Amino acid sequence: MARVLLMAEHDGQTLNVSTARALNCAKGLGDTDIVVFGSGASAVCEAAAKLDGAAKILHVDRAENAHPQAAIIAPQLAALAADYDYVLAPSTTTGKDVMPRTAGLMGLPQLSEIMEVIDARTFKRPTYAGNVIVTVKVPEGITVLGTVRIASYVAIGEGGSAAIENVNTDAALPDHTRFVGLEASGGDRPDLQSASRVVAGGRALGSKENFDLIYSLADKLGAGVGASRAAVDAGYVPNDLQVGQTGKIIAPDLYIAAGISGAIQHVTGIKDAGLIVAINKDGDAPIFEIADIGLVGDLFQIIPELEKAL
Amino acid sequence: MKILVGVKRVIDYNVRVQINREGTGVIKDGVKMSINPFDEIAVEQALRLKEAGVAEEVIAVSIGPATAQQQLRTALAMGADRAILVETDEEVQPLAAARVLKTLIDKEDPGMVLLGKQAIDDDANQTGQMLAALWDKPQATFVSGLELADGKATAVREVDAGLETIEVTLPAVFTVDLRLNEPRFVKMPDIMKAKKKPLETVAFADTGIDMPPQIENLGCEPPPKRGGGVKVDSVDALVAALKDKGVL
Repeated sequence: MARVLLMAEHDGQTLNVSTARALNCAKGLGDTDIVVFGSGASAVCEAAAKLDGAAKILHVDRAENAHPQAAIIAPQLAALAADYDYVLAPSTTTGKDVMPRTAGLMGLPQLSEIMEVIDARTFKRPTYAGNVIVTVKVPEGITVLGTVRIASYVAIGEGGSAAIENVNTDAALPDHTRFVGLEASGGDRPDLQSASRVVAGGRALGSKENFDLIYSLADKLGAGVGASRAAVDAGYVPNDLQVGQTGKIIAPDLYIAAGISGAIQHVTGIKDAGLIVAINKDGDAPIFEIADIGLVGDLFQIIPELEKAL
Repeated sequence: MKILVGVKRVIDYNVRVQINREGTGVIKDGVKMSINPFDEIAVEQALRLKEAGVAEEVIAVSIGPATAQQQLRTALAMGADRAILVETDEEVQPLAAARVLKTLIDKEDPGMVLLGKQAIDDDANQTGQMLAALWDKPQATFVSGLELADGKATAVREVDAGLETIEVTLPAVFTVDLRLNEPRFVKMPDIMKAKKKPLETVAFADTGIDMPPQIENLGCEPPPKRGGGVKVDSVDALVAALKDKGVL
C-alpha cells in the first residue's frame, strides 16, 4: 500500500475543513498520515485524528511553526517526505506557498490543484482559469508532490481515532523570514472558503451601505459572505471576499448570487457549488445559465422578503 | 540594487481559449499574446522601486520562443533597462524555469526577484517558490503591499484568512498579486525608445541546467458543463424549492 503524507491546514487552534476535503483525495491514493506543523497545536491534532481515514497524525511541535511560513515549513516537510510516495497539501494559500518550495528543495516537479485522480500517477488539473482541464502523468520512480483543489472534493467526516505521534526533524530553519501580523477579516461569520452556505452580492448592490442586505441575509442563514470582482473593485467590500478565478474558488452546498451578472471569471469560482441560486433583475444575465434556481426581480425587494420568509 | 523581473508570454487574458482538434493543447496560432498580467504588475513594481531610488537597474527576463522578444520589448517600453531572453521552443515547466532563473541570479546578483504569483496559462503558481528554495532565500507570495527599508522588505500577503504581513531579509523572491498596483500604459515614444535598449538572447541549452523530471501532458478537455436549472417567480416559490432540494 502506498503511503501518503497530507499537510494539515489550521490556524493553531482549529483544523481547517480544507484538510478533510484534501483527505478525501489523499486516502484514495494510499494510507494517509496527516502532519500538523504547529506550536502547541494539540487541539488541531485531536481534530485531525477524528477524521475518518487518517492513519496517523504527526505533530511537529516547534515554536517556529506558530505561523506557517513556507521558508520554515518546507525544509521540515521535505525531511519527512522521504518516507512517503505522495506528499499533498490542500490548495489553500498556505499549501500553494509551502508545496512548491518543498518541491524546489527536493528537486521534483509538483502538481497544482489536483481535481481528480485517474490512477496512481495520473491526475486531472485545471489550467487557463479552469477552462482547459489537463490530464497529467507524473513520471515513475519519484515522489508525487501536489496540492489538492479543495472545491473538487467533499469533506471526509469524523469517525476515526488515529494515533497522534510527536515527531521532529533536524532540518535547519532559516531566520530570514518573520511573521509580523495577520489582519483577519469577516469577524464571526463563517470563513468564505469553508462555509457550507454563501451569500454573495454584486455591483447591483450599488453601495457599501446597501451591502448590509447581503450581510443580514447571510447571518440569518449562518452563511459566509462573498462578492463579485465588480463589487470589490467598486469598494463595497474588502478584497478577500472576492469569489472567482482571481479571488476564491469555493464549493459551498448553497450559493446565493444576488445582483451578480455571472462573468466567466466569477462563474469559474462557483462551478463546484452544490446548489446555485441567482437573483437578478436582468432575466438574460449569464448567471441564469448555470443557476439551479433563478428568480428574476429587484434584489432590494427580494432579499428582505427572503430573509423574512426563512 | 538590481531587480530581476520575470515576464512570461501567454495568451492574452481577453482571448477565449480553444482546445485544438487533437485535444493535445490549446490553439496559439493567430491568437493575441501578451505579458502574463501578474508579471506586468511585477514589472510595474520594479519600475516604481527604481523611480523611488531603491533600485538602480531593472532587468526583464523571459524564458520562451523567439517571439517572446515582443513581451520583453513591452517591458522595456514600460521602463525596464535591459532584457534577457532564454530561448526555447519547448514547454518549460516551473522547476526548469526556476533553475534557469537561478543561473541568471548567479550572473546578475540581484537584490530582489519579482514574479507574477502565477501564469494565467498553466496556473501553476510554483516558479517563485521553487526559485526561492533553490536560491535558499526568503519568499513572499501573493504580495499586495511592499515596503523596503534597511535591507529588509515588509510584504503584505493576500492569504485565505485575510492580510498577512511578513518581514524578510533581502535578497528575496516576491510573487505579486493583482492588487499590488495598476501597471502604466505604454506610450508611443517609449515603444520607439525600447527598440534601442539591450535585449540579450541566450540559448536554453547554454544555461547548462540539469533538466528535472517532467510532468507529461496526456491531453486536454473542456470542463464539465453545468446545466441551467429552473426559474421561479416568487420568494415563496424560491423558499419552497430550497426546501425541496434539502438545503434549508
